[in-house]
Amino acid sequence: MKILVPVKRVIDYNVKVRVKADGSGVDLANVKMSMNPFDEIAIEEAVRLKEAGIATEVIAVSCGVAACQETLRTAMAIGADRGILVETDVDLQPLAVAKLIKALCDKEQPQVVICGKQAIDDDANQTGQMLAALQNWPQATFASKVVIADGKATVTREIDGGLETLQISLPAVVTTDLRLNEPRYATLPNIMKAKKKPLDTVKPADLGIDVTPRLTTLKVVEPPKRSAGIKVADVADLVNKLKNEAKVI
Amino acid sequence: MTILVIAEHDNQSLKAATLNTVAAAAKIGGDIHVLVAGSGCSAAAQEAATLTGVSTVKVADAAHYQSQTAENLTALVMANASGYSHILAPATTFGKNLAPRIAALLDVAQISEITGVESADTFVRPIYAGNALATVQSADKIKVITVRTTAFDAVNRENAAKIESINPAADTAQSTLTNRELTKSERPELGAAKIIVSGGRGLGSGENYHKLLEPLADKLGAALGASRAAVDAGFVPNDYQVGQTGKIVAPQLYIAVGISGAIQHLAGMKESKVIVAINKDPDAPIFQVADYGLVGDLFEVVPQLVGAVG
Repeated sequence: MKILVPVKRVIDYNVKVRVKADGSGVDLANVKMSMNPFDEIAIEEAVRLKEAGIATEVIAVSCGVAACQETLRTAMAIGADRGILVETDVDLQPLAVAKLIKALCDKEQPQVVICGKQAIDDDANQTGQMLAALQNWPQATFASKVVIADGKATVTREIDGGLETLQISLPAVVTTDLRLNEPRYATLPNIMKAKKKPLDTVKPADLGIDVTPRLTTLKVVEPPKRSAGIKVADVADLVNKLKNEAKVI
Repeated sequence: MTILVIAEHDNQSLKAATLNTVAAAAKIGGDIHVLVAGSGCSAAAQEAATLTGVSTVKVADAAHYQSQTAENLTALVMANASGYSHILAPATTFGKNLAPRIAALLDVAQISEITGVESADTFVRPIYAGNALATVQSADKIKVITVRTTAFDAVNRENAAKIESINPAADTAQSTLTNRELTKSERPELGAAKIIVSGGRGLGSGENYHKLLEPLADKLGAALGASRAAVDAGFVPNDYQVGQTGKIVAPQLYIAVGISGAIQHLAGMKESKVIVAINKDPDAPIFQVADYGLVGDLFEVVPQLVGAVG
C-alpha cells in the first residue's frame, strides 16, 4: 500500500511575521523557511505505518517554487522513500493544490493520502478536504489517532466538543492534528541518505492542471496592535481594577 | 442574491456558532436560507426559524444525517446548491471539515475564517496566525465561506421564518461514526463564554490545573481553557485548547494563568475585551497583550483571587 503525503514549504513557525509596507503581502525575503509543522506530523505518521509493515512506500509531494526541493529532502530524511515536486512560480491556492495532488493520485494510486490539517501561512485548512471531494473519497480530518486494517481506516478526530471516531473505507484522505504523533528529528546519516533518494520534477501543465488563482488579495495589513496595559501590585488591586475600571466582574 | 447558511446543531438545538454565521450572512445582504440536515432534527429547525434575518429554513431529515458526516452533507448541499450566491458555515471543526469539500465540487475557491465583509465578493481574513489581515476578492460565481464566529455578534431570535422540507440525498455510506466522546461540563461553552479562565504549563500538572482553576471558574461562572502546552502535557483534553489551531475566543474577560503567551496562543485570544495575565516571569510575552498583569507565583495568587472575587 502506497501512502502519499503533500508537504508545504512555509515560513518557520518561530519567525515573527512582518507585513510589507506597501500592503502587498508578508515579507518573505531572507526569512527562514521550513516544512509546515502539520505536514511533518503527516510524514511521521506515514513513515510509522511503513515501519509497522502496513505501508509499502511513502511518497512526499510538494507544490511550489524550486526551493520546495529542500522540503522534500526533509521529508525523505524523516523516512519518505521518494519525492515529487510540482514546480511553479504561481502563487498556489488550496483548490489548485488539491487538483495537482489529485492528478498525482491518479498516477500513483495511493490508498491513503495524509495531509497536514492546515498550513501555518494561509491558515486555510482546505486542501485535504478538497482532494477527498475531487476523488470522491471519504475524509477523516483533524486526526489524533489512525489505525489502518482490513481495507479500512479507523480515525479518532479532535472536534470542538471532544473526540469522535470514524470508520472510513479506503482509499481515503486523513488530515493531521497536533497530537497525532511527535515527529522524529532527522539524523545526519538519514539526511545524507535522503540526498540520494529519487526526486522527480513535473510542471502543472504536464499534469494538465490550470493553477490560476481564484482569489485576488487586494491588500495585507497588520492587525490593530493591542497595547500592553499595566502591572497591578497585588490581587486586591487586580480585583479592584476589574470591578471598577474594566467593569467585567 | 440568496445565501445558504449551513446550521451546526446536535438535532435538538443549534450551536451558538450558527447565530454568528447568520449575522455574517446578514452583513453580505440578501435573502438568507438556513439548511438544517439531521435526524429527528425538527427542534433544531424550529429554532433556526426564530433567527432574525432568515427567510426560509430548509430541513433534510434522514437517518444518515444523524452524525452529519462531510460526505453526506456535501452530497445534500450539491443537490440543492443552484440559485445560491453564497454558502456559509461557521469556522468550527464542523464547518472547516465540510465547506472545502463543497467548494471543491463546485469548482470554486473557499474563503476561510472571514472576520469582515467588505462587499458581496470581498472579505477580510486573518493569515499567519492573525499576524496579518488579508482582504481577498473572489471571482467565483458561488462564494463558499467559513465565518470566524467571534467577529460577528450573534443575531437575535425574533423571527418566524417558513420551514420547508427538502429531499435527502442518497447515503454515500463512505464514513461511519463509531464513537463520540464529548467532554461533559456544567460550565459555559468555551466559544460562547463571557469569562474564560485559561491555564498553561506553569500549572505543572493536571491535578494543579483542576485544583487551582476550577474554584476560580466556578466563582466567576467562567469557561475553562488551556494553552497548547497544557493540552500536550495531558493536563486537560484537546477541546480546551485556545490558539491558532484550537479555538478562537473573544470573551469579555480572559484570565491567563501560567501561560507564557506564544504567538500561536495569542492568535486565539487577543480579541478578548479585557485580558489578565498571571505569571511569575515578568518578561513573559503574555504581558505585552494583557490589560492587567500580575507578576507572582500563581500557586499563591490564584487562591487569593478566588477569595477576593467572592
